[in-house]
Amino acid sequence: MSVTSDDVRHVARLARVGLEAERVPALVAELNGILAHMDVLQQVDVSGVLHSPETPGAPLRDDTLPPDPLTRPREAFAPSARDGFFLVPRLASHGALGASAEEAS
Amino acid sequence: MSDHPALGTLRAHRVADAWAAFDAVRAGADGLNAFLAVDREATGLDVGPLAGVPVAIKDNLATHELPTTCGSRVLEGYMSPFEATAVRRLRDAGAAILGKTNMDEFAMGSSNENSAFGPVRNPLDRTRVPGGSSGGSAAAVAAGVVRLALGSETGGSVRQPAAFCGIVGVKPTYGRVSRYGLVAYASSLDHVGVFGRTVGDAAAGLQIIAGHDRFDATSAPHAVPEFLPPTVDGASADPRPLAGLVIGRPVEYFPASLDARIAAHCRHALTVLESLGAEIRDVSLPSTDLAIPVYYIIAPAEASSNLARYDGVRYGRRAMADDLGAMYERTRSEGFGAEVTRRILLGTYVLSAGYYDAYYRRAQAVRELIRQEFSQVFASGVHLLFTPTAPTPAFRIGEVSDPYEMYLSDIFTVTANLVGIPAMSQPIGRVDGLPIGGQFMAPHFTEPTMLRAAAALERALGAEAHQ
Repeated sequence: MSVTSDDVRHVARLARVGLEAERVPALVAELNGILAHMDVLQQVDVSGVLHSPETPGAPLRDDTLPPDPLTRPREAFAPSARDGFFLVPRLASHGALGASAEEAS
Repeated sequence: MSDHPALGTLRAHRVADAWAAFDAVRAGADGLNAFLAVDREATGLDVGPLAGVPVAIKDNLATHELPTTCGSRVLEGYMSPFEATAVRRLRDAGAAILGKTNMDEFAMGSSNENSAFGPVRNPLDRTRVPGGSSGGSAAAVAAGVVRLALGSETGGSVRQPAAFCGIVGVKPTYGRVSRYGLVAYASSLDHVGVFGRTVGDAAAGLQIIAGHDRFDATSAPHAVPEFLPPTVDGASADPRPLAGLVIGRPVEYFPASLDARIAAHCRHALTVLESLGAEIRDVSLPSTDLAIPVYYIIAPAEASSNLARYDGVRYGRRAMADDLGAMYERTRSEGFGAEVTRRILLGTYVLSAGYYDAYYRRAQAVRELIRQEFSQVFASGVHLLFTPTAPTPAFRIGEVSDPYEMYLSDIFTVTANLVGIPAMSQPIGRVDGLPIGGQFMAPHFTEPTMLRAAAALERALGAEAHQ
């Protein structure tokens, strides 16, 4: 299997990574160079292999947690906060380009 | 534990000694480039097993006094609101957190050339790489700035730089050391590991940071055994301390293409292990040559998911754009380097519709096959495996440019991460003046056996390990 320029642009969109057009050919060549080495896996007989998701002796615990031991106040994580929510800068499509979080509030 | 000679040796190296060494070897950006941030005020505690011991921390472990950048522009200047459990345990033991060490961006690399803040140089030959991705930590120990440093491993990022820098690097069992506060790269493969100048130093560090942690869902609820190898009185030392131990020599790790000089050092180490009482037995792990393809599907797949969080909203760098989609794309394209971008795209591809079964699902099945082969070898009565750590000594900065050729640097180390077993590298000799590492691998949660054999080999090799 090999990737095309369209494939690279498609996965870049899925991954939300902006790619300049001139980078695409090099990435196509690099990814195909890597994927060529993966094809060997297609020859392996895995019909009898049952997947065991856990490391032996290390069962996953219940997904419950005490509060994180934070070293600074929650409000210090972001430039601005209000009513327990973090405020992020406005996007141009929602207002003035480059508006600050303070302006957003 | 506090009375063990290894701790006494560690405590003899004070913060003032560390700064003197730091300046003498030029460990900062104007020299080795091993550190991305330092705390000249760090003193540690007056009490504790590591009272006042200077340590260095890889920059993907969260610290609250220093930034945590993962060697990436996307996290430049980022201050974590919490601290990694492994770091906290070192501080609670009295250690002084001297600084954060340079690394391949998001731990993706085998040479430390992928850091957004420039490559680290190998202290033994500054034209060469220190290995990666924990190259800064390895260089800091090898240069004598610190005697203990933390790194992380996803495919060999502690053991390979330890081999390249002539020091000891230990990757414990998956779950043995909490990963709370370790920035995620590939969560089913990520481990926190330890560097030391000697087996005893590294074991002492592991002793401090190991143990269950409720903040890590994959932390194992196991009691922590004694990792520090027993002290040996020279006069009454047992000449065959490894009697009863069976050490496997997996034939696939000694291919005909292996550098004959590296093979010779490994053969010599195996002869020494035999003279110490161990039985050496040839074993087979037939799927070894599939490990790199499996690893470079699973790791990028998990990375593509884990690194989705760097979107310009929740962490660090944010590029301005006219709409949300463009802001995401600009932030990520400006923030990530070439290798991280390559792996994100590769991981997204192997998880995408139409390719998931052919790549990701199949890689998971072959990973299970590799696990089963290790289990069968260990179930046959083999206590440890011994192999070379890396197929080459440290290469020159800029020498390896093909991505897949770089990935092959990990050919002997990735299996331990895929299987989750403990493994370590220690110096066993030199080729053209450059260090060569020998690797032990052991069944899950049997680090004490591995460290005991490594300490015996280290003692028996003596100065030979560095010649």
